[in-house]
Amino acid sequence: MKEIVVLSGKGGTGKTSIVASLAVLAENKVLADCDVDAADLDILLDPSIQEKHDFAGGKVAFIDSEKCARCNICAQVCRFDAITDLKVDPLNCEGCGFCSHVCPVDAITMQPSFSGNWFISSTKYGPLVHARLGIGQENSGKLVAEVKRQAKIIAQSTGASWIIIDGPPGTGCPVISSLSGASTALLVTEPTLSGVHDLKRIIEVCQHFKVPALVCINKFDINEENTRLIEKHCQSLNISVAAKIPFDTVVTEAMVQGKPVLEYTKGRVSQEIEKLWNAIDSL
Amino acid sequence: MIISVASGKGGTGKTMVSTSLAASIKNNYNVQLLDADVEEPNSHIFLKPVFETSHAVSINVPVVNEDRCNHCGKCAEVCAFNAIAVVKDFVLTFPELCHGCGACSYLCPRRAINEAPNQIGTVETGKAGSISFVQGKLDIGQTMPTPVVRKVKELTSREHISIIDASPGTSCPVIAAIKDSDFCLLVTEPTPFGLNDLKLAVETVKQMGIPCGLILNRAGVGDSRVEEYCQKENIPILLTIPLDLNIARLYSKGTTLAEGLPQWQENFKEVFRKIREITGERNSST
Repeated sequence: MKEIVVLSGKGGTGKTSIVASLAVLAENKVLADCDVDAADLDILLDPSIQEKHDFAGGKVAFIDSEKCARCNICAQVCRFDAITDLKVDPLNCEGCGFCSHVCPVDAITMQPSFSGNWFISSTKYGPLVHARLGIGQENSGKLVAEVKRQAKIIAQSTGASWIIIDGPPGTGCPVISSLSGASTALLVTEPTLSGVHDLKRIIEVCQHFKVPALVCINKFDINEENTRLIEKHCQSLNISVAAKIPFDTVVTEAMVQGKPVLEYTKGRVSQEIEKLWNAIDSL
Repeated sequence: MIISVASGKGGTGKTMVSTSLAASIKNNYNVQLLDADVEEPNSHIFLKPVFETSHAVSINVPVVNEDRCNHCGKCAEVCAFNAIAVVKDFVLTFPELCHGCGACSYLCPRRAINEAPNQIGTVETGKAGSISFVQGKLDIGQTMPTPVVRKVKELTSREHISIIDASPGTSCPVIAAIKDSDFCLLVTEPTPFGLNDLKLAVETVKQMGIPCGLILNRAGVGDSRVEEYCQKENIPILLTIPLDLNIARLYSKGTTLAEGLPQWQENFKEVFRKIREITGERNSST
């Protein structure tokens, strides 16, 4: 079983649209949407939810005002400014529990904080594990880990050949969690200076965690000079540029129809995505 | 005044909007731009600041003095993040998991734990012409952007119009970036992804009690559902930027709209005027 994670550094480069089309092409796979902050893969795959689970990733302090002796030691030790006037601001609370350990009258308990939900769904392309993080929640990395764990359980029980993971933007906690244990990272970039800058950073993250990378340049014809810059950079690092997808409004049209672009049209965009899949498949 | 720029979905044009707004009003106001998208800071590409200072952002992680330690295990017991473990007769620490809360060192009965800074990122400051520039950057391989965002925010100047470029999403680094702002400018595109993630962003700012308005980018593709949603939710659309290959090319070269197509400066000034009107109304009604 191979695990392929689609990342980009910069947001909005086309990760989800590409994953949805890979879902059409790959056989015998499990899909996982690990962009738990802004999960959009379901919009293209039309899942029917089979299982829904609560996810409590972290904890938040709660002060029992009846027990509280108003000594304010809790606020003095808290390094996250989460306690003011003997009340906890759940948005600031890091869940460390320091306050609960120092409270002389045991008025503080750490309570599980609802962080979101995760789902197992069926789609016409195969099983999909996806999630929704509650607004402003910590622990998106833990929720990502849970989504991946579930995807792996399904893949093992069904003997799947692939787990295809739609990853989040950025380089932080949920990205590192998505990347851990992956066989290959597919990096989707665009030929803008921001895209190039962020590609370099995400390549470094892959190198740091020793996950081999493959690059796809989306909307490559928006700025062919920058496209050459990306190709050169990848070449110097011995990273293959597996496909160059042209800018085409069919990608958005397909999204509006709620379909993977590969099912919407057989044009140039779809041909390049097929080429991309062949490159991944032959790794 | 503090204006934060957020989106939910990535790649909708936050940085283009932040930098173009800053460049459009810089002749009329003291402007500060804070790039709080510390995982992928890109505003510097557009404003090309000259950096003057650079400071490490660190969190304090435990350092165990083995001579004092009797391996009682209290530190591991109190750590909520599994960043310290006691294995028989020695102590293991995992700085990358540590949130720097300080509980272990404070609660160690033998006072055997000191704290030492562990760098997770940097905050740089400089000038882009008359614009004061601040950016945070998370080090590669580090998992916690929020402390870096908080450091960036500490440099918010009340004498300036401060524009904060936030990261995509709605989780803690975004909350830290937009907290305490007077207005949140949301940027999205008229697509199903753009709408879905806009709803999450709107829910976030509403929960935080921050007034918001929308900039609709790449209008012309997609559908009308974002506009319908805004009408229903009473969210003002402050500016519409069309899907235009010229604009896309400017963006690809790292040029702000204000600089590349100067006629857009008036549009961004108008956005700023509307924001003042909305926040002014709000202040006078409270």
